[in-house]
Amino acid sequence: MATTEMTGAEIVLKALADQGVEHVFGYPGGAVLPIYDEIFQQEKVKHILVRHEQGATHMAEGYARSTGKCGVVLVTSGPGATNAVTGLTDALMDSIPMVCLTGQVPTHLIGNDAFQECDTVGITRPCTKHNYLVKDVNDLARILHEAFYVATHGRPGPVVVDIPKDVQFATGRYVGPKNIEHKTYRPKVKPDQNAIRAAVELIASAKRPVLYTGGGVINSGTTASKLLREFVALTNIPITSTLMGLGAYPASGKNWLGMLGMHGMYEANMAMHDCDVMINIGARFDDRITGRLNAFSPGSKKIHIDIDPSSINKTVRVDIPVVGDVAHALEDMIRVWKSKSLSLDKKAMDAWWKQIDGWRARDCLKYRKNADVIMPQYAIERLYELTKHMDTYITTEVGQHQMWAAQFYKFEDPNRWMTSGGLGTMGYGLPAAVGVQMAHPKSLVIDIAGDASVQMTAQEMSTAVQYRLPVKIFILNNQYMGMVRQWQQLLHGNRLSESYSEALPDFVKLAEAYGCVGIRCDKPADLDGKIKQMIETPHPVIFDCRVASLANCFPMIPSGKAHNEMLMGEDVPDEEVGTAIDAKGKMLV
Amino acid sequence: MNVLQAAPGSAYFLDPSKPEIETHTLAVIVDNEPGVLARVIGLFSGRGYNIDSLTVSETQHEKHVSRITIVTSGTAAVIVQIKHQLERMVPVHSVADLTVQGQAITRELAMVKVAGTGEKRVEALRLADAFRARVIDAGTTSFIFEITGKSDKVEQFISLMVPLGLVEVARTGVAGITRGPEGMKE
Ligand SMILES: Cc1cc2nc3c(=O)[nH]c(=O)nc-3n(C[C@H](O)[C@H](O)[C@H](O)COP(=O)(O)OP(=O)(O)OC[C@H]3O[C@@H](n4cnc5c(N)ncnc54)[C@H](O)[C@@H]3O)c2cc1C
Ligand SMILES: Cc1ncc(C[n+]2csc(CCOP(=O)(O)OP(=O)(O)O)c2C)c(N)n1
Ligand SMILES: [Mg+2]
Repeated sequence: MATTEMTGAEIVLKALADQGVEHVFGYPGGAVLPIYDEIFQQEKVKHILVRHEQGATHMAEGYARSTGKCGVVLVTSGPGATNAVTGLTDALMDSIPMVCLTGQVPTHLIGNDAFQECDTVGITRPCTKHNYLVKDVNDLARILHEAFYVATHGRPGPVVVDIPKDVQFATGRYVGPKNIEHKTYRPKVKPDQNAIRAAVELIASAKRPVLYTGGGVINSGTTASKLLREFVALTNIPITSTLMGLGAYPASGKNWLGMLGMHGMYEANMAMHDCDVMINIGARFDDRITGRLNAFSPGSKKIHIDIDPSSINKTVRVDIPVVGDVAHALEDMIRVWKSKSLSLDKKAMDAWWKQIDGWRARDCLKYRKNADVIMPQYAIERLYELTKHMDTYITTEVGQHQMWAAQFYKFEDPNRWMTSGGLGTMGYGLPAAVGVQMAHPKSLVIDIAGDASVQMTAQEMSTAVQYRLPVKIFILNNQYMGMVRQWQQLLHGNRLSESYSEALPDFVKLAEAYGCVGIRCDKPADLDGKIKQMIETPHPVIFDCRVASLANCFPMIPSGKAHNEMLMGEDVPDEEVGTAIDAKGKMLV
Repeated sequence: MNVLQAAPGSAYFLDPSKPEIETHTLAVIVDNEPGVLARVIGLFSGRGYNIDSLTVSETQHEKHVSRITIVTSGTAAVIVQIKHQLERMVPVHSVADLTVQGQAITRELAMVKVAGTGEKRVEALRLADAFRARVIDAGTTSFIFEITGKSDKVEQFISLMVPLGLVEVARTGVAGITRGPEGMKE
């Protein structure tokens, strides 16, 4: 391997280029100026200047999730690094591969409370998969390549590399990325074949099986989704997915039960509750899924395929653990299934599907249509109908609108759906959309937003304008922190403490102030026309969709309840919800 | 069900049951790199696990490999989870649960300072002899004893010294190793 001498800052740019990095989301400052100087003098790596470091991290997440590549962030020391913490934590919770480079004060000043010094590796240790402080320029290239290796191998996650300013100036050896792995870290990718055989045998003996799939299928790559579809076609097993796994199996597929969990489909949750064999593929038994643990799918034997052994038996005890990558495991399972010419008990499966069809007939997403007020569900339905034929990517913020998006927007492919699931970060969707659009300049990228969430990172509209990224911010404006209000209505005696969105900006004027296009719609009859206008606008758009203020998101498993104790929309009549609303609230309806 | 009258709820499922607590000794082989101990300790504090004792030292200098011995307590499921959480950390080579493997020897060293004169002084010396504690410093009014053994033996010795003029104790924490010819996986 040829070794060459160069400065630390040059090493950073060379390493990024050698890693195939095309885009870096960043914000300059004193402790990274040498790196910015190098950025200025090269053309391989394009830098996207954000407006707040949190925005950079979410952009990198959207970029990563929509491409399967590693997202890259560059921020300065001190406040630059602390502003990145939310996005790092978000990426850790949702298993998103990211490398975040932070500037640091010169090594001899570390520990002196120097200007813009903070203990970046200390602060980010619990919110990264791994982190490094580079003290010697001769370690820099290896550490950078290692950081990409760690971020993208095994269970993906964020990695921070903290680079003191003197290391950026110093001259040292560059080594290329070839043969760089990590001297210790070796995630297990290939599953144990005995476990695979045991899993396949258990599945073949099932009478009421269900596939419970998750973000791990997306992490595993597009092959995993293909194999998942093949396995479903081969076995005819009904399939549900978590919020994080939407699109791995197509929503139009005949075995699709829809999303499961707290705001999931009735049929999906009932199937999980009543199944005799549960096959968890790349999902982590999150508490939004399991509900009351001791009532979670009490009669089933459980198989769990996961690349991270610490996900297995963490909250739910499983019968057959399979440690490995989803694509590898599915490939093995399909091979064993075929070689043994297995099939499920036809009579039992017919009965199981009949029962599922009975649950489907409840039509759990039913909502009261309204000719005068736009129902939020209706807005998503129309958005879906008018964009489904297009090359579309959807991001969201956090709240009711996020759940409605998951319920009413139908995903056919993986990597099309970007949402903050584990951390639930309001303000994720707008910058994530910017990141997605950067990776897919010709596609339609829509952030389904809430009026409160969108204000957390709205300044990134300026980034969208600067780079001519025509993202569409579709705000379901209910003038409430709707999700908070819903919980207060259901669980806190209707006391709507601080959940009203007071003093909202005029979103159309806000759009115009940023140099974007603003569209407002408050009548169901105008909705289609205005959505079309949004789609046809070749610029960033903020769409203020005025929806019913008091709609709530159902179905719902109230926490502490079992899967078969779902609350349906009709269980909570509007009159009762209405008593919760004060005079000011009522005027908004 | 009238949810509107339900008691204030939580966003989480709260499990009221209290399962049985076990104590285990874990040996953790790690790269001796900056921050590795902070990482391990951070895992325990961040996830609410207990540390009853922790010792660390570089055991292979050429390879910069250290061995951390942790005594922890929790339910059987939590102990397994701790092992998996340690194993997934990037600089961790391997983790052995010495308690599950059985056959493990654990030892701890303590230095115990006792001050006194007359009867008490004689009694302290007599007990030290019975516990095979060595005198490593002596003056006319004080002793420092060095005692090695399992934690409960050390514990017992210290408690016997309390009425005899115990002044100060320094303990190393527990180190552990399995019996037999095999070494630990690296
Ligand atoms: C307001 C709100 C409401 C929510 N309501 C719901 C809800 O109703 N339903 C719902 O589903 N979620 C809901 N969520 C999301 C929820 O909090 C969790 O984020 C989500 O359920 C976790 O998805 P997952 O289990 O697929 O795991 P992920 O977080 O996607 O984790 C992936 C798992 O797969 C493993 N893995 C990663 N890569 C691989 C690989 N290559 N091979 C094998 N395994 C791999 C990982 O180790 C991990 O265990 C909600 C979130 C918010 C903010
Ligand atoms: C950064 C952050 N702070 C607080 C919360 C808690 N929270 C969850 S949803 C929500 C309200 C979201 O309101 P809005 O964006 O208007 O969405 P809606 O529920 O009305 O659709 C809040 C405050 C959060 N998820 N993230
Ligand atoms: Mg709102």
